[in-house]
Amino acid sequence: MHEYPITKRIIEVSEEFAKKNNVDQVKQINLVVGDYSGYVASSIELYFDLIAEDSICKGAALHIERVKPKLKCTSCGQLFERKPFEFTCPLCEGEGEPTDIGQEFYIKSIEV
Amino acid sequence: MSENNEIEVMQSVYDKNDEVAQQINQQLTEKGIFAVNVMGAPGVGKTSSLIQIIQRLGDVSSYVIEGDIEADIDTKKLLSLGVKTVQINTNGACHLDSPLIGEAVEELDIQKGVLFIENIGNLVCPAEFQIGEHVKMLISTVTEGSDKPYKYPLAFEKADIILINKWDLLPYVDFDEEYFMKGVRALNKTAPIFKVASKDGQGFEEVVSWIQKHIK
Repeated sequence: MHEYPITKRIIEVSEEFAKKNNVDQVKQINLVVGDYSGYVASSIELYFDLIAEDSICKGAALHIERVKPKLKCTSCGQLFERKPFEFTCPLCEGEGEPTDIGQEFYIKSIEV
Repeated sequence: MSENNEIEVMQSVYDKNDEVAQQINQQLTEKGIFAVNVMGAPGVGKTSSLIQIIQRLGDVSSYVIEGDIEADIDTKKLLSLGVKTVQINTNGACHLDSPLIGEAVEELDIQKGVLFIENIGNLVCPAEFQIGEHVKMLISTVTEGSDKPYKYPLAFEKADIILINKWDLLPYVDFDEEYFMKGVRALNKTAPIFKVASKDGQGFEEVVSWIQKHIK
């Protein structure tokens, strides 16, 4: 649901950076989206063309780099991907705790 | 130009929201207001828990910002109890964001005290957005089931205080306390967990002591 306003913001930020660099056409936006950011990449794609229509991002490609969330084992320090319904470390069977990996949501770059 | 030129951006899409949230937080802190972002799924008893808390806060003034997609049912209830409350209707949006809170804070004209911001009933999006709060209070229930930390990890990870409401219904539902606690603690080592029943007020004394300690 909140992909609409957030897609608008993606276009705004891209426009700001393009204008700062005296560019009048954005060809690609490179976005980094963690799976725990709560955003659905396909919904952003769906809104993107619609919202970009009246902006200098019209026709731009949206490249989304997805990041799988990782937990850090509190016993051995290993970073690992969580299996559904558990937090157990695959190496030592210790317990994993959340990290920031997988919560990313930022514009990495624009291509002009 | 045949090849694209890349311009580095490295900017969070949350930037504007977070900037406003920080301003609100600072403004509230300066006024001596402790702000609590109340999160939880629809029907967990967010409003009834707030009533139990507010009734026990004694001399401390309480204010509420009520977030709902539509309707003002909870606001009417709180106003009828004499609690200064402002309604925000998001008309479809699944969470409150900081610009919305900024407007509501102005409307409320808050003096010193505790501001409860009842977020939209949703176990997902409210955990992702800062709205100027000092702490996040998550309300879970025995009726929702003990698997919620495993299915909605972010809300449990971000919580500063967790209430397990409807504890009076424990004999009637399948709630595996050990499994629930294990999931919560894997995500969040420090948040205190209180077993409460907003229907009869059981367990709220401890919740209020926790809040009072944080105000001082």
